[in-house]
Amino acid sequence: MSYDSQIFKLTENKEIAKGIFDWTVKNDELPARAKCGQFVNIKVPGRVLRRPISICDATDTTLRLVFQVKGEGTKVMSQMKPGEDVEILAPLGTGFDIKPGKRYCFVGGGIGVPPLLFSAKQTDNPMVIMGFRNKDLVILKDDFKAAGAELYTATDDGSFGIHGFVTDVLSEHMGEFDEVCACGPVPMLKAVAEVCRGKVRCQVSLEERMGCGIGACLVCSCKTKIDGEEHMTQVCRRGPVYDAGEVFYDA
Amino acid sequence: MMPDMKVKLCGIELNNPIIAASGTFGFGREFSELYPLSSLGGISCKGITLAERDGNPTPRIAETESGILNAVGLQNPGVDHFIKYDLPWLREQNTAIIANIAGNTVEDYCTMAEKLSDSDVDIIELNISCPNVKSGGVQFGTSCESVGNITREVRKHCSKPLMVKLSPNVTDIAEIARAAEAEGADALSLINTLTGMRIDINSARPIIRNNTGGLSGPAVFPVAVRMVWQVSNAVSIPIVGMGGISKWQDAVEMMIAGATALQVGTALFNDPYAPIKINEGIEKFLSEKNISSVTELTGTIKPW
Repeated sequence: MSYDSQIFKLTENKEIAKGIFDWTVKNDELPARAKCGQFVNIKVPGRVLRRPISICDATDTTLRLVFQVKGEGTKVMSQMKPGEDVEILAPLGTGFDIKPGKRYCFVGGGIGVPPLLFSAKQTDNPMVIMGFRNKDLVILKDDFKAAGAELYTATDDGSFGIHGFVTDVLSEHMGEFDEVCACGPVPMLKAVAEVCRGKVRCQVSLEERMGCGIGACLVCSCKTKIDGEEHMTQVCRRGPVYDAGEVFYDA
Repeated sequence: MMPDMKVKLCGIELNNPIIAASGTFGFGREFSELYPLSSLGGISCKGITLAERDGNPTPRIAETESGILNAVGLQNPGVDHFIKYDLPWLREQNTAIIANIAGNTVEDYCTMAEKLSDSDVDIIELNISCPNVKSGGVQFGTSCESVGNITREVRKHCSKPLMVKLSPNVTDIAEIARAAEAEGADALSLINTLTGMRIDINSARPIIRNNTGGLSGPAVFPVAVRMVWQVSNAVSIPIVGMGGISKWQDAVEMMIAGATALQVGTALFNDPYAPIKINEGIEKFLSEKNISSVTELTGTIKPW
């Protein structure tokens, strides 16, 4: 069985930046199935829809989930206490395709950074370029360093690290890696894909409002061109990760 | 003694009264990774059209208090693809198969009914109540004349049991139900979603790209119970009740109101195991009440 909905125990919940929370949840069966770039769908008390959150890191018995409070559901999640049970459907979607022997550059923007940690840990000598609006929103810096990453941090306003966009840093280091994996807002993904086009393979991880999380309800469809054919595909199942050339960024 | 959970719908025996609602369950494959589909009474497949459809732009979903709005817009691979690639697999799952069809024209519906009559589906569900497509859909379902007309025309081309799915976005659903029954419907399913809207107060943009969507979930349950009750007083054909059923108590309530079988949809997004839990709950309730068959619940309401 690939995915299942089971009870997890929330063991840690801390605010690591303004409005950004870091969960660790424990379950004996499902975390071991997680692959980098996948996500989970979390049942939130009092809400009808689950909340899809990317997997930031995983061990055989734990998942780390880093999320930003965006609305009612994530607000309830941010207030949950260690020791509480939480029902999670996991692991979901198709993650990053990481090939052995290649050097990867992981490019993240804002709350798109978390899924890159688990991914970077699957590779040797990863380069990581992350961008945030300002210094108050910088997250996971120490985690990437501990993972041995060559780390570059940029902020839009220059209040931390490099003053500029992730694509500036990416262009500067082009030639130092074999493939790129990116997660962040669509304009950033589009820009990263443009920088990589014709030079290195680029995979992008998309975000969409979801229903079932497993590909049945067709709520999170996006237009894609796969093997030359245009089709609507489900971000929750065929995605969230696509090859950069498969996605229509302006659709 | 364990109560008998089997029900009969248009001559088709269902394993139990719980059917997965159209549009929430795809063609079943994704949920079959969680539990055998034979634990359901049936599956009402994602609404299919004559030709493949891409559906509406995203976002297609928004949460509301106790409900959701959706405007998927009938994304589907088309009836021929369904018959060739999805139906053979579904047939092996030991559960009833209901093909939900939607069209732009009456002729579309008739052509699909003809194709599906030659296929292995058990029941055809006439979707004349989808609020999220520009042409067709609900436009056929909001007057007695158009409901009667489309039911009569499709009936001529349909050799399978024909179930008409009704829209709640009407003045008098009982009249509409009578029109469908009079023109040959074998069963009625209700309710489809109620048209609704949410707006982001910062951007002043509707949350759903289609601007409006269909409201479902616990928020619509009391409306659905009321309509099932009214329709059951108006017709003698069986009713498949749906609209916000999320726990076994809701299921029992809807059957008491007059439903023979039920569809569960939005609850699947909250808990993919909802249909299984609802069935278990009904079974326990029947045992405790010493009721030997779930069919005995139907229409037992004692109105004031």
